[in-house]
Amino acid sequence: MSRFLLVRALTLALGLVVASAIIFAALRLLPGDVAQIIGGTQASPQQIEALRQQLGLDRPLLAQYLDWLFGAATGRLGDSVVTGTPIATEIAQKAQVTVPLTVYSLVIALLVAVPLGVLGAYRRHAPTSRLMSVLGVVAAAVPVVWAGLIGIVVFSTWLGWLPAQGFPRSGWESPLSAIRSLTLPALTIGLIEGAILFRFVKSATLGALGAEHLRTAMAQGRTRLQALIGHGLPGVGLSIVSMLGLQAAALLVGAVVVEQLFALPGLGRMLVSDVGNRDLIKVQSTLFVLTGVILILGALVDVLHRLMDPRLRVEEDQE
Amino acid sequence: MTRSAPPTARGRLIRSPRGLFSLVVLALLLSAALISLVWLPDDPNFSSAYRAWLPPSPEHWLGTDGSGRDLASRLIAGSRVTVLVVLGAAVVSGAIGLVLAVLAGLGPRWVREPLVILIDVLIAFPTLLLAIMLAAAYGSGIPVVVAAVGIGFGVAIGRVVRAELRQLAREDYVLAARAAGLSRWAVLRTHLLPGVAPVFTVQLSLSMGLAILAEAGLSYLGFGAPPSVPSWGRMLAETQAFISVHPAVVLWPGLAITLTVLAFTLLGDALREALDPRLGGERSAAGADAGSGATLGTATGLIAGLPGAPPDGPGVDR
Repeated sequence: MSRFLLVRALTLALGLVVASAIIFAALRLLPGDVAQIIGGTQASPQQIEALRQQLGLDRPLLAQYLDWLFGAATGRLGDSVVTGTPIATEIAQKAQVTVPLTVYSLVIALLVAVPLGVLGAYRRHAPTSRLMSVLGVVAAAVPVVWAGLIGIVVFSTWLGWLPAQGFPRSGWESPLSAIRSLTLPALTIGLIEGAILFRFVKSATLGALGAEHLRTAMAQGRTRLQALIGHGLPGVGLSIVSMLGLQAAALLVGAVVVEQLFALPGLGRMLVSDVGNRDLIKVQSTLFVLTGVILILGALVDVLHRLMDPRLRVEEDQE
Repeated sequence: MTRSAPPTARGRLIRSPRGLFSLVVLALLLSAALISLVWLPDDPNFSSAYRAWLPPSPEHWLGTDGSGRDLASRLIAGSRVTVLVVLGAAVVSGAIGLVLAVLAGLGPRWVREPLVILIDVLIAFPTLLLAIMLAAAYGSGIPVVVAAVGIGFGVAIGRVVRAELRQLAREDYVLAARAAGLSRWAVLRTHLLPGVAPVFTVQLSLSMGLAILAEAGLSYLGFGAPPSVPSWGRMLAETQAFISVHPAVVLWPGLAITLTVLAFTLLGDALREALDPRLGGERSAAGADAGSGATLGTATGLIAGLPGAPPDGPGVDR
């Protein structure tokens, strides 16, 4: 296990370095004069020169990159050129919307996908389960924006149950209205990701139902349901756990679009408006934080999966 | 004993309802895009305050939007961006995927190992973020969308095809061909590439569908086609402000996107069944479901830009 942990930690570190290098190269190296881009066409040469000094763009590239990397590791990312506030503070503040939104939609996706997927496989030939499969394929083809717009029409315009847009100004100090404004966005991404996860859970359960150890369990006198619950579902659960990092990443990215749609003050909306404001330094850090979170989640899920799966432990003992 | 000859892959594709459905939808899309080059019911960019929010009529098949632009014309003209993005994404991601797969699967050790790590990192980089990064550096536009989608899905395709190549390279007939004196390149061309063709085609079809979803999202965010070019994603963004008053307007572009993506998904499923000679046309429902699940892992991976199938597939017994 310790060897596995070491290797995984090393690949994670390597991944973070490669990702940061790609982001740095794309945003600082390739576009040419970064100060000119940030300053825009209206800025005078003096202003651009000042900007260049302020941001340290006149220093060697390697020094700029290493500074940024160590700053990111210690949480010091500098100030935004546009707003003047520390970038780390802004990211932490916006994460208070994006993280709950991602968790909320993950819960919805799991609540939809796991029971329906297992049931769909257990009663494979039932008409309802065939209908669910068709719905799942269709839902996976729906663009997130469209689903959200339809959600707004149905649940806020027609039924008036949920707010169409926005987030309470007081934030999480009014938890109920905060949750209310996150519900429709979370449903939007949760249901679409749930449809994709549903197909995965269903095929995993079908695989488990066809496995030989399940047939053995039934031959010993257990019913199909008992065999599935006792001997099939643990394996299905493990497959789902191994997908969690991937799911969380998909939901985090889905949040970028959905935050824009529902006017939620989260990381995705901030990223989009920063691109519009040409705040390249902040975009660079936000992108790295998002990618870093995805890489770290992937590593954590791998470790969790390793801890939970007895088959992998046995394999290691034999090594 | 006489046996009827097994139907060709093309025959199997057209005979399956899913294959037929998707081919019809994609043919419609392509002809809409081609026809729009020479004829449209109306100028898709002509706006006039006198004809805002007109209901559907023989003159304006789907009515007009808030600026008085003909919705049907915009929808038909929007198919051009979709076709462009799909073809561009297919070429870029197919080329990147194939080259990556061959180099990372069969190349010398010093090429293979760094590439595998690079693939693992790039795959964790979501396509949407990649596109936003490129848009921030170079400005928005269709080339940025095609590049981001092509790189993102290309890496995902490369990963899947690489695994398949490595497996094939260990097969007896490939070893026999090598032993018989065929060069590496000849083995690749005559045995390995035809062997991975089904997997490659299916992945390509899935990523073409996902490219449309990515384009819609990016155009919605304003990183896609410029305002003067009608596109389905942009139509969603334009109608957003009015959905509480004119909800019907938002229906059409969304339906068009969903139908096209669905066509590519089903084409992928149908292709898998038609192209895989091992399946022989007959398969149990369980097999079919498990099959779609297996690639589905990759489909999700494409969306998230993350590794496709989990480290051990569903229900794998060791």
